[in-house]
Amino acid sequence: MSTLEQRAPAVAPSPIPVHLGGVRGGPKAATLRRDRWWVAPVLTVSALLAFVGYSTWAAFQNRDYYVGAAMHRDYLSPFYSPCITANCQVKFGPVIGSWWQISPAILILIFPLGFRLTCYYYRRSYYRSFLWAPPACAVADARPRYSGESRFPLIFQNVHRYFFYFGVIFNVILTYDAVEAFRFPGDGGIGVGVGTLIFVVNAVLLWLYSLSCHSCRHLCGGQVNSFSSHPIRYAVWKRLTPLNRRHMLFAWMSLFWVAFTDVYVRLVASGAIHDPKLF
Amino acid sequence: MADYDVKELDVLVIGAGGAGLRAAIESASLGARTGVVCKSLLGKAHTVMAEGGIAAAMGNVWAEDNWKIHFRDTMRGGKMLNNWRMAQLHAQEAPDRVFELEEWGAAFDRTPDGRILQRDFGGHRYARLAHVGDRTGLEMIRTLQYKAIYLDDLEVFMECTVLRLLVEGGRVTGAIAYWRETGRFVVFRAKATVLATGGIGKAFRFTSASWEYTGDGHALALWAGADMLDMEFVQFHPTGMIWPPSARGILVTEGVRGDGGVLRNSEGRRFMFDYIPPFFAAETADNEAEADRWYDDKRNRRPPELLPRDEVARAINAEVKAGRGSPHGGVFLDIASRRSAEYIERRLPSMYEQFLELADVDITKEPMEVGPTCHYMMGGVRVEPDTCAATVPGLYAAGEVAGGMHGSNRLGGNSLGDLLVFGRRAGAAAAEFARSAGGLGPLDEAQVARICADALQPFANEQGESPYELHRELQQTMQDLVGIIRTESELAEARDRLVGLAARVPGLYAEGNRQFNPGWHLAIDLRAMVAVSTCITLSALERRESRGGHTRDDYPKPDPEYFGKHNHITRLEEDGTVSVHAEPLPEMPPELAELFEEATVS
Amino acid sequence: MTVTAEKLTETPTQTPLVTMRLWRGDATGGCFVDYEVEASEGEVVLDVVHRVQATQAPDLAVRWNCKAGKCGSCSAEVNGRPRLMCMTRMSTLPPGEAVTIAPMKTFPILKDLVSDVSFNYVVARQIPPLAPRPREADGTHRIAQVDIDRVQEFHKCIECFLCQDVCHVIRDHEGNKAHFAGPRFFVRAAALEMHPLDTLDRRPLLRHHLGLAYCNITKCCTEVCPVGIKITDNSIIPLKERVVDGYFDPIAWLGRKIRRKPARTPVTEPLAPQATAGANGPRPGRRSPGEA
Repeated sequence: MSTLEQRAPAVAPSPIPVHLGGVRGGPKAATLRRDRWWVAPVLTVSALLAFVGYSTWAAFQNRDYYVGAAMHRDYLSPFYSPCITANCQVKFGPVIGSWWQISPAILILIFPLGFRLTCYYYRRSYYRSFLWAPPACAVADARPRYSGESRFPLIFQNVHRYFFYFGVIFNVILTYDAVEAFRFPGDGGIGVGVGTLIFVVNAVLLWLYSLSCHSCRHLCGGQVNSFSSHPIRYAVWKRLTPLNRRHMLFAWMSLFWVAFTDVYVRLVASGAIHDPKLF
Repeated sequence: MADYDVKELDVLVIGAGGAGLRAAIESASLGARTGVVCKSLLGKAHTVMAEGGIAAAMGNVWAEDNWKIHFRDTMRGGKMLNNWRMAQLHAQEAPDRVFELEEWGAAFDRTPDGRILQRDFGGHRYARLAHVGDRTGLEMIRTLQYKAIYLDDLEVFMECTVLRLLVEGGRVTGAIAYWRETGRFVVFRAKATVLATGGIGKAFRFTSASWEYTGDGHALALWAGADMLDMEFVQFHPTGMIWPPSARGILVTEGVRGDGGVLRNSEGRRFMFDYIPPFFAAETADNEAEADRWYDDKRNRRPPELLPRDEVARAINAEVKAGRGSPHGGVFLDIASRRSAEYIERRLPSMYEQFLELADVDITKEPMEVGPTCHYMMGGVRVEPDTCAATVPGLYAAGEVAGGMHGSNRLGGNSLGDLLVFGRRAGAAAAEFARSAGGLGPLDEAQVARICADALQPFANEQGESPYELHRELQQTMQDLVGIIRTESELAEARDRLVGLAARVPGLYAEGNRQFNPGWHLAIDLRAMVAVSTCITLSALERRESRGGHTRDDYPKPDPEYFGKHNHITRLEEDGTVSVHAEPLPEMPPELAELFEEATVS
Repeated sequence: MTVTAEKLTETPTQTPLVTMRLWRGDATGGCFVDYEVEASEGEVVLDVVHRVQATQAPDLAVRWNCKAGKCGSCSAEVNGRPRLMCMTRMSTLPPGEAVTIAPMKTFPILKDLVSDVSFNYVVARQIPPLAPRPREADGTHRIAQVDIDRVQEFHKCIECFLCQDVCHVIRDHEGNKAHFAGPRFFVRAAALEMHPLDTLDRRPLLRHHLGLAYCNITKCCTEVCPVGIKITDNSIIPLKERVVDGYFDPIAWLGRKIRRKPARTPVTEPLAPQATAGANGPRPGRRSPGEA
C-alpha cells in the first residue's frame, strides 16, 4: 500500500463526489500532433544515456583522474573530488580507510547523481523521455496506470532539498579545486592553463545550476508569505528567480561541462595531450 | 406538447457578469434562494473584458478626491442627463464596494504605503480607478465568482438562455429558458427577477462585445411591458483595434491614454487640441507642454486625449473623414515614444500581448492604429435609483441593462462601480421583495407552452433563410445608419429596414437538432437584437440634438432648453409597436445642484 | 451622407481556401469532417471556424465569447495542441495542410468542439476561499506591492482549462479525476497560500485530497497557458516545496518546534458540496448517456 494512502485513506474514495460521468467522445488517437514531437525525448534519452555511459566508464577506470606535481599541474577530476579514500591520496588525507577497494568516484558520484536525479528539471525530462509519462505534451502516456510521485519509490523525490545541501558542499569543494587549478607546482608557482579555465567554468556552471534550483529558491525566500517583512530574503529570492528561469539551461551546460572536465583531465593525465599554459 | 422542467426560486438573476453576481451574492447572503442563469460558463461574462479599473473616490492617490467630485464628473460626463440620484449613490458607495472586493481576495495594485492604487482615466478629475494592471474586469469577475460558489443559497445555471420573462397577474414571476446544451426548456419560477444581462453590442458590426451581447435583458424587459430609458445613447469607445480585420473592434483600454499615450493623425499632429469643446475648455490643457505636465502634477489642466469618450470618438471620426487617418482608416495611438518599454509592459501587459499576438505590433516600439468601436449601452431599463426596481412589479435591473446612471455618455471606470453598487442594491431589493411579496399562484402553462412553441418555430421553417445572413444585415444597418454620426434621413432608412428585418425574423430557419445548435440560438437572439435596435433607432430619431453618445449631423449642437431637460422613455404598446415619449428629468436637490455652479476648477 | 471610419477600410483582397478538418459529433460518436473555406489575412482559427458555421454548417457547436484571449471559452485542440482558437493565427499553422480541430480530450464531449468542463467547477468548490486577517485600525488593508505580485500573476488565469486538458494525469487517466485537482487549481491554491492577507494553511488539503503529488512536473501546463502563467515553476513547485516543509523535512519541523511561530489554521478536509447543484454539481441540462 502506498504511503499516501496509508496516511490519508480519504484519497479514495474522495468524500466529495467528483462528477466523473459523461462520455469523452472525440477522436480516439493517442495524439493528433503532426509535428516532430518525438525529437525532444530522443535527444534527451541520447544525451542522458551518453552521460551515464561515460560517467560509469570513467568512474570505474580508477586511474588518470589527477594531473599532479609531476606534470606541474594540480587538476583533480570532478568525478573523483574530494579524493577521501585510502586508495586515492592525491590531495586529502584518507577519511575512508583501506577497506574501500573500488574506485573512489563511486562514493562521490552518489551525491551529484542524487541531486540531479531528484532535480525538478531532470525529473521533467526523464519522466517524459524514459517513462513516456507523457512523451510530449498532448501525446498519450505509454502506460495505463499512473500515480505520479505520490507513492514509493517516487515519493522520495521530496528529499531534493537535502541533495541540494550536499550539492552546495560539493560546489565548495569543486570551487576549491578550481582555485587549486591555478597552482603550477614546479612551473612558476601560479599560472593559468587551458585546464584552469575549464575548472573555473566548471565551478561557475555548477554554482549556477545549484543556485537556480527550485528548492534553493524556495528555501531562500519563496517560502515566506510576506516579502515586505523579510526584505533580505526577498532580495535573495528576487535575484534567484531569473536564474531559476534558466535552470534547464544550467542543468545541461553543467552536466556537459563536468563530463568534459573529466575528459580533459583524463587526456592530460594519460599523456594523450599536453595542457598548454596560457600565462 | 411543451416539455419542460420547473425550478422554484425566491430570486432569479439573469446574467452572471459583475452586476448579476453581485446581486446574487447579496440576495443569497440575505437568505433568499437565489438562482443565476447565464448564457456562457460561469466566469466568462463580458465583465472580463473591462480593462481600466473601478472608479471610486477613495482618495488614496489624491486626498482631495471625494464623492462629490466624482458625482460631478459623472454628471458632466453624461451631459447632465444622468439620473442624479443614481450618480450620487454610485459615487458615495463605490469605495465600500471596492474594499469589499479586496476583502474577498481581489489583488489590486498598491500604492507605496500599501493602499489600493488608483489610475487616471478620461473625464475623472483625479486618479480614481482602482485597478489590477489592465485586467481589472477579470479580477472582479473572478473575485465575485469565487465568492458566489461557496454560498449555500446560490445556484448557478450555466449555458442557459432566457427566452421570455414570465408575466402573471401584472407581475414578473420568473422566466422561461432553454439549456443551450440540450435545447430543452426550463421554467424558473421566482418571486423576484433581476436583469443583469449587459449590453447590445452585437447589433453593430464593429464592436468590442462578445456574442452574448444581444440585448436580451433590454428586450425581455420591453416585452414584459417595462419602460426603457434613453435608448438612443450608445457609446462608441474611441480606441478599438482596426487592423487586422479579424481583430477589428477589440478594445484598446483608455488606460493607454491615462498612462501617457497620445493620439496623432497621419501628419503626426496631436489633433485632440483642435477638438476641445467649450464645455470642457476650462479644465483641459490647450498646449502640449501643459498637458504633459499634468501626468505628474494634477494642478495642471488635463490633456485633451482624456476628454470623455464621446468627444474623443467624434474627433477621431472627423480626422479620418478629413483624410488625415492612418493607413487602415483610424488614427495612431502612440505610447511607444512617450514611455519606456519597461513601464508599458508593466502597466499595460495585456495590451502589449494583444497587439503582439493579433497584429504583430510591438506597442513599446510602434504606435497602435485605433478607431471607434461600439462599446456600451447607456440606455436601458428604467429603474428606481435606490432599489433598481423596473416599472413592472417583481422586476429589477442592474448594470449595463439598466438606464439612467450614465446619462448620455459613460465615463470610463464608472461601469465597474455601477455593476457593484447597483448589483448589490438590486439583489437586496429583490430579496426583500421576495420576502414581503405574496407567494406565486399556479403556473400559467398556456403562456409557457406558447413561448416554447414560438422558440421551436425555426426548426419548422425549412424554406427559411439563414440567421447568419440576417444578423450580418442587421449589423451593417446599425453600423452604417445608426452609428457614431446620425442624421434624420439615415435613421428613417434604418427604421424602415428594421421593419423589414423584424418581419423576416419569424421565418428564420435552424438546421439540425436542438442540441447545442448555434444557428438556432442566433435565430432566437436576433429577436432581441432587432427589438433593441428598433428602440435605439426610434429614440435616436426623436432626439433632435447632439449630446454624449448621440451625435446628429443635422442637429450638431446640444439643445439645453428642451432635450437637455428630458429623458426619452421607450415602451412596447398594446398593438406591438414601440413608442417614444419625452419626460422631464427628475429635479436635482439644491445642495447637489450647487456643485455645478462653482467655478469649474476648484 | 456621413463617412465613418469603418467605411474607409480597404478590404483584404486575398482570400485563399483552407481546409478545416473539424470534429463533428457528440457522446454517441463522431468523425472529422473537412470544410473548404476562405481565410483572409490576419485571421485567427476562430474566425475561420465562424465562417464555416455561417456558410456551411450552421449547427456547428463551438463555445466562444470575447474573441480577444480574455475569457478563455474557445479552448480546443488545434493540430493536436491545446490552444485558444481566438489567439491562434492561421498564419502560424503549416500552409497547405488541413487544420485539424478537435474538442478538449480530457473532458466529456457535449457536441462538436464543445466539452463539458463541469469537473473544474466541482473541484473549484473544494478549496476553501481566502480567510483574510482583520483590517488595520483605519479600516484598510495595507499590502505592499511586492507581497501581491505573485498573487497577481496567478490571478491572470482566464480559466480556459487548457492546462487541465493537457495535464496527462487526468488526460490519460480518467480515474485520477477523483483525487487530482489539476494545474488550474494548484494555481488557485497557490494564489490563496501566498496571499498576504490569508490565515489558512491548505497544505494538508493539497497533500491528501487535491493530489499535488500526482503532478510529475512535465510542464505541459506551463507550455499551453495562453496568459503565460509559469504554472509549474511559480505555483506547483513552490507548493510541493511547502508540502515538503510540512511533511518531509525534519529540519523545518525542528525549526517550527523551536521558534513556535503562530501557525496558520490547517485545512484538512475539502469543503463539502452544496445541497443544491448549480455550477458545483452535475450539469442540470445534461442527458445521461443512453437517454433519448
